[in-house]
Amino acid sequence: MSHDTHTHEHSSNIKRIWQVFGILSVVTIVEVYLGIIRPDALVMNDFLAMNLLNWVFIILTLYKAYKITWVFMHMEGETASLRWAVVSTVIFLVLYLLFILLVEADYIHDVFRDSTIKWNF
Amino acid sequence: MGATVTTANTNENTWGGGNEPMGASYGKMMMWFFIVSDALTFSGFLAAYGFSRFKFIDNWPIADEVFTHFPFLHGVDAPMYYVALMTFILIFSSVTMVLAVDAGHQMKQKKVAFYMLLTIVGGLIFVGSQAWEWKNFIKGEFGAVETKGGSVIQFVNKEGKRVKIEDFAVVLPEEREELTRSKGKWFMSEATLPSYSVAEIQAGFKAHPEILVKTEKIYRDTKEDQANKDLQPGLNHNKKREILTREASQKLVDNSHIVIEGANLKHNEYGNKLFADFFFFITGFHGFHVFSGVIINIIIFFNILLGTYEKRRSYEMVEKVGLYWHFVDLVWVFVFTFFYLV
Repeated sequence: MSHDTHTHEHSSNIKRIWQVFGILSVVTIVEVYLGIIRPDALVMNDFLAMNLLNWVFIILTLYKAYKITWVFMHMEGETASLRWAVVSTVIFLVLYLLFILLVEADYIHDVFRDSTIKWNF
Repeated sequence: MGATVTTANTNENTWGGGNEPMGASYGKMMMWFFIVSDALTFSGFLAAYGFSRFKFIDNWPIADEVFTHFPFLHGVDAPMYYVALMTFILIFSSVTMVLAVDAGHQMKQKKVAFYMLLTIVGGLIFVGSQAWEWKNFIKGEFGAVETKGGSVIQFVNKEGKRVKIEDFAVVLPEEREELTRSKGKWFMSEATLPSYSVAEIQAGFKAHPEILVKTEKIYRDTKEDQANKDLQPGLNHNKKREILTREASQKLVDNSHIVIEGANLKHNEYGNKLFADFFFFITGFHGFHVFSGVIINIIIFFNILLGTYEKRRSYEMVEKVGLYWHFVDLVWVFVFTFFYLV
């Protein structure tokens, strides 16, 4: 984006920044509050082998990441091609990495639990 | 540095440098791609942390039991509060950074400088807080014992509350001096000796029949767990660490190998060795990013004061370091979640 187009959209930007700060703060407070009380209803129930509270934390974290990238890093103002080049690369590779490592780790955990190898330094 | 000035050149041809791929200036696009690669580095670390955690899912330390300190509140169990405060400091310094970028768009030199200064102060407070967090982590609070099998056992009282080793260990008349150069022996350097020896812990355990052992293992409330005769009735709760009966505790204490106080890269009193390793490595690497960010911000701050960007008629440099600074905040959001919340 060239600088001339910036000038008039900028009058309201400060308000938006404080608004996003408010959102990020509220989300963080909710996370900390849940982290301290750890409600049984969320902790004791699982979804896809992980408890609901952890899912809540991860979703809120991704939401915060989205707000930081889109508003603070001004990703929303970049061209679609730059957005895709940056965001889709990271998302794809991270999901791939997590899938491989976490599935493998779960397998090793099961080996430790079920077979004769009990502990491996 | 002339290359960082962007003007919407429409009259230059594409191969003459007039083209801006993806509508971003060279510097800004490269900053974005640096951020992509750095994001993948951090993802690699966090995924490795996830790997080790899933591997030892039954005996991984519980964050709420590890990070319980708050400045000026000694002995108060305050999980999360301090790290929440650190998160706020970093988010707030992100806000001042974006305000600096915004002021830069309007070419308000004084405002940019002021917000940059606030950002630098926020970054320094954050790094300082992290140092304090490390200090507490390294120093430890309760102490623990590592058994010959390599697992870490902690001590609790009848109510299941943690007990410090200094509160029950007895002092035995043992001759075990720490070796130093001045003692005139053949000098061998060694790690700092723990305050108590294994024998002192074992004697103290014998003298205090109310002390029980808390293991690394997490109680799952399955039928197997409920039938387990080694677990102290009434003290074990689902998804908390197992507390053993006196007899089972005795067995583990007899098997003690070394006394651990606090944490280092080899042992830590919180449990799994890898937990401390990852904590030091990931928060350390993030702290290093914050520190470099502060240095870069200071350089930019002085450039603003010198009027470099006024002469250039563009504050795009502030925008670029802003991207880096927000990225550091972004990483912290994930570190916070995966080390302290999940």
